[in-house]
Amino acid sequence: MSIIEVNNLTKYYGKSRGIVDVSFAEEEGEIFGFIGPNGAGKSTTIRLLLSLIHPTSGSAKVFGKDVTTHGSEIRRDIGYLPSEVYYYEGMKVKDLLKYSASFFDCDCTQRIKELSDIMELEMNRRISDLSYGNKKKVGIVQGLLHSPKLLFLDEPTAGLDPLMQRKFFDMIRQENARGVTVFFSSHILGEVQRLCNRVGIIREGKIVEISDIRTLQQNNYKKVNVTAEGLSPAIFDFPGVTNLQTEDSAMHFFFKGDINLVLQKISSVQVTDLTIEEPTLEEIFMHYYE
Amino acid sequence: MSANIYTHEFRARLKSVIIWSLSLAFLILFFFSLFPVFSDQAAVMNEFLARYPAELRAAFGLDKMDLATVLGFFSFTLVFVELCLAIQAGNYGFGLVSIEESELTADFLLSKPVSRTQILTSKLLAAVSSLLITELVVWASAFVGILLFRSGHDYSTSTLILLLLSLLVFQLVFMSIGLVVSLLVRRLRSVTPYGLGLAFGAYVLNGFSGVFGDVKLELLTPFKHLDPSFIILHASYDTPLLFLDLAVIVVALVASYWLYTRRDIPAVS
Repeated sequence: MSIIEVNNLTKYYGKSRGIVDVSFAEEEGEIFGFIGPNGAGKSTTIRLLLSLIHPTSGSAKVFGKDVTTHGSEIRRDIGYLPSEVYYYEGMKVKDLLKYSASFFDCDCTQRIKELSDIMELEMNRRISDLSYGNKKKVGIVQGLLHSPKLLFLDEPTAGLDPLMQRKFFDMIRQENARGVTVFFSSHILGEVQRLCNRVGIIREGKIVEISDIRTLQQNNYKKVNVTAEGLSPAIFDFPGVTNLQTEDSAMHFFFKGDINLVLQKISSVQVTDLTIEEPTLEEIFMHYYE
Repeated sequence: MSANIYTHEFRARLKSVIIWSLSLAFLILFFFSLFPVFSDQAAVMNEFLARYPAELRAAFGLDKMDLATVLGFFSFTLVFVELCLAIQAGNYGFGLVSIEESELTADFLLSKPVSRTQILTSKLLAAVSSLLITELVVWASAFVGILLFRSGHDYSTSTLILLLLSLLVFQLVFMSIGLVVSLLVRRLRSVTPYGLGLAFGAYVLNGFSGVFGDVKLELLTPFKHLDPSFIILHASYDTPLLFLDLAVIVVALVASYWLYTRRDIPAVS
């Protein structure tokens, strides 16, 4: 059974576009990366799945239940970390976490302690006194304290220093190893690449590609760097070569197709250095946006 | 209904409830402490008031009040009590759900495993409890005030109870109107201007109703529907107008549930 199943989901805010005809599915135990620039519809999708907003058309199921009719039941097993965290300013951290835990049938005291120790959270401070990064940490503990089966992370790393980011990623990996499914939205491709099994790319409200992260990297493009004497762009002027750039005696380009073609061409010159590598997600991504 | 939301909401409002209740108790007792002077020199007082233009007296409802009687005097106090209760209840109504959106905590609350109906019910019950506490303090202050300062004058207990009960209707009307209006607008940035506007608007409308005589503007305002001088004069409510208020409460609350369960919660950024 798919944990998330989205069918032709469309959301318009009045006349302005949220998302259009979005369909995808996420299987149990996956870490699904949802990438796209700001305003592409990532948050809209997550907010629809949490029934914070209601779809214009189409439907979505989480744990096999419709989000518009079974919202509160579904949310029992969901953890949500929004991109911007805001809590009741006058409350102390520990009271907020207690309040948050009171919505779930669990004694979460032990877990709150574990999580806040990892995140180095000061429990007696008021929310209003916390820095942005510290609020974010409260958000992380708050999203995980009830041991959810599905995690929605909406650009979660903004505001966290690199050390905390690493801790956070380790935590997500641990959760995932325990069987937690993760829906990870981000515009930072590096972190998606580090964490996710599969990615969906969203652009202007529409899904442009859903693919395994490996296939995305392998089947698509190779990044070729050649350094040689007497190189001229004419050598690589054949179908499949894109983004050809010359830098002194070196050339870089992307290639899609039979790699032997490139090798034959290269063997005709005296090569000093050669690398053929998989492009980063960033580079693939730029391609979708051209 | 979720006990945790109820408790959270109730606590968040506790300070405001205490301040409103103490202020009202002070107001009522202060007014009553002046009653012995008024009742002793009723003739002088009435002569003094007669010098004001009739329109002005009408605007304050003084033309229908006998300040020399316990309830007549109390109904004069009641105008101010009503105004305060209207502001308080209006604020609670306007802020009930909009505050989660303006302080950006709606995402926190609504991503929890509770339905919108449960949230609204818990919040409403917490607000009504807060209003009831204030109401009880007003009742107590009225009885204490009368006990201390009536200086031998008689009054009808049943009419007094009618007057005090009308305040409950009053609170509920302003709370439910505030709530439904807050759900009709896209985003309410600040609650107090709306609460003050609604209460003073309704109050002023009632004042004008006396001035313009025939114009039926007053039918729009609960200050007229539950006019203390009418209640004292007839020892009963103006039943059709009371039902109008009750209908307003029911319609506003039903509409609020309908709107809130369908509402798109605006994103933070």
